[in-house]
Amino acid sequence: MNNPSSLEAQPLPDSNVPCLPYEVEALTLRHGRYTVIEELQLGLPSGQLTAIVGPNGCGKSTLLAGLARLHAPAAGRVLLDGRDIRGLPSAELATRVALLPQEALAPEGLTVTDLIRFGRQPHQAWWQQWSEEDQRVVAEALAAAGLESLADRSLDTLSGGQRQRAWIAMTIAQQTPVILLDEPTSALDLGHQLEVFELLRKLVGEGRTIVMVVHDLTSACRYADHLVAMRGGQIVAEGSPGEVVTSQLVRELYDVDCTLVEDPVTGKPLLAGLGRVQ
Amino acid sequence: MIDEKLRRPMQAALMLLLVTCVASLLIGAGDVGVWRSLMVLFRAEDADAAFTVWSLRLPRTLVGLAVGMALAISGALLQAISRNPLAEPGLLGVSAGSALAVAIMLSLGASMMELRVGMAQLGALLGCACVLSVTRLRGVGNDPIRLVLAGAAFSSLLAALTSLLLLMDQRAADEIRFWVVGSLAGRRVDDLLAVLPSMALAGLVLLALVRPLSSLALGERASAGLGHHPGRLRLLAVIIVALLVGGATAIAGPIAFVGLVVPFLARSLCGPDLRRTLWLCLPLGPLLVLLADILSRCLVAPSELPLGVLTAICGAPVLIAVVRARRLPTLS
Repeated sequence: MNNPSSLEAQPLPDSNVPCLPYEVEALTLRHGRYTVIEELQLGLPSGQLTAIVGPNGCGKSTLLAGLARLHAPAAGRVLLDGRDIRGLPSAELATRVALLPQEALAPEGLTVTDLIRFGRQPHQAWWQQWSEEDQRVVAEALAAAGLESLADRSLDTLSGGQRQRAWIAMTIAQQTPVILLDEPTSALDLGHQLEVFELLRKLVGEGRTIVMVVHDLTSACRYADHLVAMRGGQIVAEGSPGEVVTSQLVRELYDVDCTLVEDPVTGKPLLAGLGRVQ
Repeated sequence: MIDEKLRRPMQAALMLLLVTCVASLLIGAGDVGVWRSLMVLFRAEDADAAFTVWSLRLPRTLVGLAVGMALAISGALLQAISRNPLAEPGLLGVSAGSALAVAIMLSLGASMMELRVGMAQLGALLGCACVLSVTRLRGVGNDPIRLVLAGAAFSSLLAALTSLLLLMDQRAADEIRFWVVGSLAGRRVDDLLAVLPSMALAGLVLLALVRPLSSLALGERASAGLGHHPGRLRLLAVIIVALLVGGATAIAGPIAFVGLVVPFLARSLCGPDLRRTLWLCLPLGPLLVLLADILSRCLVAPSELPLGVLTAICGAPVLIAVVRARRLPTLS
């Protein structure tokens, strides 16, 4: 269960986003002396939406930070297209992998367009002016996230879902084949969560590889192509949600008993009759 | 990057600045009045008035321009890297640090101009380092008011040390007393030329850093995700601030509140993006300093109020208003 999986999915044939194999090799991440993740092997399927799930403190956010090179490995490597990401210049990495951190902060009064424009920074050298290409990409990102009518609104006047879509639009403007998101829906109500997940599905449909950390297992089953379940810094199960999510896995991850039923509409697994293990 | 949001405030500020510069040449505490000065501008034969305008008022106007830009830019930068709208070189002890460094050099026997610039900049750097280490302390960095309290305590400590040195050394005291309150009076073009190279260098480095620095507003991780190095950016910004504040302090003495009021004004005119704020600080900083300087010549004519006193009188109410606002404007 811990072996590096082969890269199953290929990007859609009409996609213009290149496929970048993204792998983790014997990765060890530490916070000071405390080892969070040890010798972890993982392959992230290209052109798919991968959800990393697990209980609090299982190391899923740390793993994401490792993938984004925010956290330097104590041992092991993260390979992007066969190259160790530590060897990549930061600006180059930022044109391949975009990151939406959990504490996404924006100064008061910043507009949606202002925010999305930040996504162009990895593509601009310091002497370069704002180009027509940048302008076009920002307009496309606005359209992709369905934010055209809100372009000049200040972020603090938007709903949680709209604000999160604006942040995702910033990562779209970064034009990276890979997008990493740390709990993109944790502060949102149900409707706004769906708003964000549907946008992510759309981006995957265009050929991007998306990796997100999520809390809600049911949403992960519903929207992810690939599930990585972690506990105690180890991968407990990995694969398509329909195959790997079992009531035994739920107990193993969260110490919760449940019955799995099939969603009559989507056919995805649903958790029913939840109760803590006595 | 002059875009739509910036154009109008920028034009207005430049116009006002131009008017203020001319006013600064015309208005004075002495007996050379507006009319006589105006005649000098049109080449009238009036040696007395010409000396006043070209050798006294012109240099101090130029110094005011440089000092205003340096302090306003430093304030905006400190606010960006500490993510705190109240960060300001005068309040946080950066100016006090450079004043102390100069006082130490003077009491060790150096004369005023030779070492002043470098020492002031070194002192500013140490002041900056202390400030930043305070913002890194858990809990303080996230609370604007606590940072200002820490800065105020630090400033008073440095000011007390400076006073102590001056008490012990009469010669240094005479040389420094007029300087330590902050003023543009009697500054010469030579003073300005001594600091201009380091200020220009700081400005050039800043030009290359503006875009990455603006991303710090989105948080450390987002900035790193855009391919920047937040730690490195902070360090470079601190060096820029030290060069600018040290240079400004070396010529004009410590002047408080300009670095607080001007970026605050700029943000309310053109929004929170650091790039626009910095551009708008360029005309607004000198505008405020020169206006305050003109006032300082008029209020108690024929003598003068020190500029530092006047900016404090204007700036303190702004600080209180910002702190008292129902919700503190956040940069994060």
